[in-house]
Amino acid sequence: MSTLTPAAHRKATTGPTAQATGTLRRGKSRMDPTRNNTAAGLGAWLLALLFAAPVMWMILTSFHSETDAATNPPSIAANLTLDAYREFFGETSGVSPWPSLINSATASILSTVLVLVLAIPAAYALSIRPVKKWTDVMFFFLSTKMMPVVAAILPLYLFARTVGALDNIWFLILMYTSMNLPIAVWMMRSFLAEVPVEMLEAAQIDGAGLLLTLRKVVAPVAMPGIAATALICFIFSWNELLLARVLTGVVAGTAPVFLTGFVSGQGLFLAKVCAAAVVISLPVLFAGFAAQDKLVQGLSLGAVK
Amino acid sequence: MTTATARISRPGHHAAKLPRNARSRERALAWARRAPLLPALIFLILVTQLPFVVTLIISFLNWNSLSPDKTAFAGLENYVTVLTDPDLRQAIFTTILLTVSVVLASLVIGLGLALLLDKKFIGRGLARTLLIAPFLVVPVAAALIWKHALLNPTYGLINGILTWIWSLFGSSTAPQLDLLSQAPMMAVIVSLVWQWTPFMMLILLAGLQSRPMDTVEAAQMDGATPWAIFRHLTLPHLRQYLELGGLLGAIYIVQNFDAVFTLTAGGLGTANLPYAIYQTFYFANEYGLASAAGVVVVIGTIVVATFALRTVFSLFKKEAAR
Repeated sequence: MSTLTPAAHRKATTGPTAQATGTLRRGKSRMDPTRNNTAAGLGAWLLALLFAAPVMWMILTSFHSETDAATNPPSIAANLTLDAYREFFGETSGVSPWPSLINSATASILSTVLVLVLAIPAAYALSIRPVKKWTDVMFFFLSTKMMPVVAAILPLYLFARTVGALDNIWFLILMYTSMNLPIAVWMMRSFLAEVPVEMLEAAQIDGAGLLLTLRKVVAPVAMPGIAATALICFIFSWNELLLARVLTGVVAGTAPVFLTGFVSGQGLFLAKVCAAAVVISLPVLFAGFAAQDKLVQGLSLGAVK
Repeated sequence: MTTATARISRPGHHAAKLPRNARSRERALAWARRAPLLPALIFLILVTQLPFVVTLIISFLNWNSLSPDKTAFAGLENYVTVLTDPDLRQAIFTTILLTVSVVLASLVIGLGLALLLDKKFIGRGLARTLLIAPFLVVPVAAALIWKHALLNPTYGLINGILTWIWSLFGSSTAPQLDLLSQAPMMAVIVSLVWQWTPFMMLILLAGLQSRPMDTVEAAQMDGATPWAIFRHLTLPHLRQYLELGGLLGAIYIVQNFDAVFTLTAGGLGTANLPYAIYQTFYFANEYGLASAAGVVVVIGTIVVATFALRTVFSLFKKEAAR
């Protein structure tokens, strides 16, 4: 793949203009070979469309009737209809996805709140007023994330069965909290570390108490980070299938568990599957695009800015 | 950290020598520092470490929940079974194959995309948003779409497009693929590469945008070719990011359950360890065996994680040293 700049031989031009512009540009100047960006742009756009095609196809098919959805070759310009959505929301079958969507929302939102309540003080004790050996603590948090869920799922299942917490949304909330806590601590620490020490010291000299300092100095800097952390924790919880499948059933089943009902084909149901996928992915798409700028920081556990 | 005022300090500040009588106050202060950390720490130990210890214990038991009275100490029997049973051995190989191929393919494609997106062009923000979309479809939903809407041999989009292209040339005998039954592993890999490439792209793009441009510009002034710049400046700088993306990706993909469960239900040699473990305890009720397999996954992950931690650590140290 010729992803590199095609020969843009900017040989050391010794003309005065080149020299001048070279020295006049201050700060972080980016490479700007304007000539060959058309090729890069075209390539990027082609690949972007290729990658997004399944998502677009999913959205388009969800607005088609079942007969139009299952044609070969595909019928792109078929009439649009909301039938698949009506079908998915159970207007004819009577099977409603709402309980599972509400379960997913409950589990994701409440576990995210719980994560923030635990992670923010922890991150404070790892950045602004760090405990001794704070790096070791950080890596302990991270190491728990490295342990595959399957290595702990059986005892968790047995425990839940023993105390009668199977098919209970609260137990799932605790699981999701532990799943996301390390990510949140790492993210939050990197956001809190951005609070300038000078400002904290100045606040102290002015005699500001802890709460005032938190409100006036820390919060304004950390707020965007807290929001991004919350969105990413929400996404991970909303997506989770294995724990939900093992620990919940008819009462507390989440949206991904509901989707597993579509695993085996059942006659003409392609448009309905697409409608289901669209509805259940919408919250994640919104949350992801909202947190786009901080997504990479969250996914890399705060290691990459 | 003087005791007179609980000075805010970052690591690296040296603690002042303390008079003896201030010891107890110092200890109280240290606990005050630790207090905010404890709830998160204790919660995590209870929910993650404790269950793993139990898994470890169960892995040495001969325990099938259908005949609980036969439960007995089994020594290393379960581990021997994990490593010799053809299905479980197959699951180990499948896990390695799946993880390595998905990580490498998405890293290479992700690198290409990141290099393209590092340039300025019209609509770059929108292109980036489109590229992130695959990562933001719920994994189960994504697997369902691949299974029913794209790969379905009768009416899937891929075969539909083939039919359409062939019909343009007046042919009605377009080749029709059936990945799900003829190359199920390929189907799983393709769908996962599609999902994970955006993740790699984001990390590598962040890496590209953090490189110091002055050396690149100096090299350009000296007439270095783009390839030479990429080979000697860009790639070495990206190395850390490539490692980080690869290792984090590996940790997530080793654990993949959704795609295998949805696309192939573990059939035709596509069952990876997470799926095999799920089946072993959920349907076969072999608790001891499932636990031993779980411990094997952890050992494998620890090997990968050691490298991952080192990479994260080097990036982290840089940041902590600021």
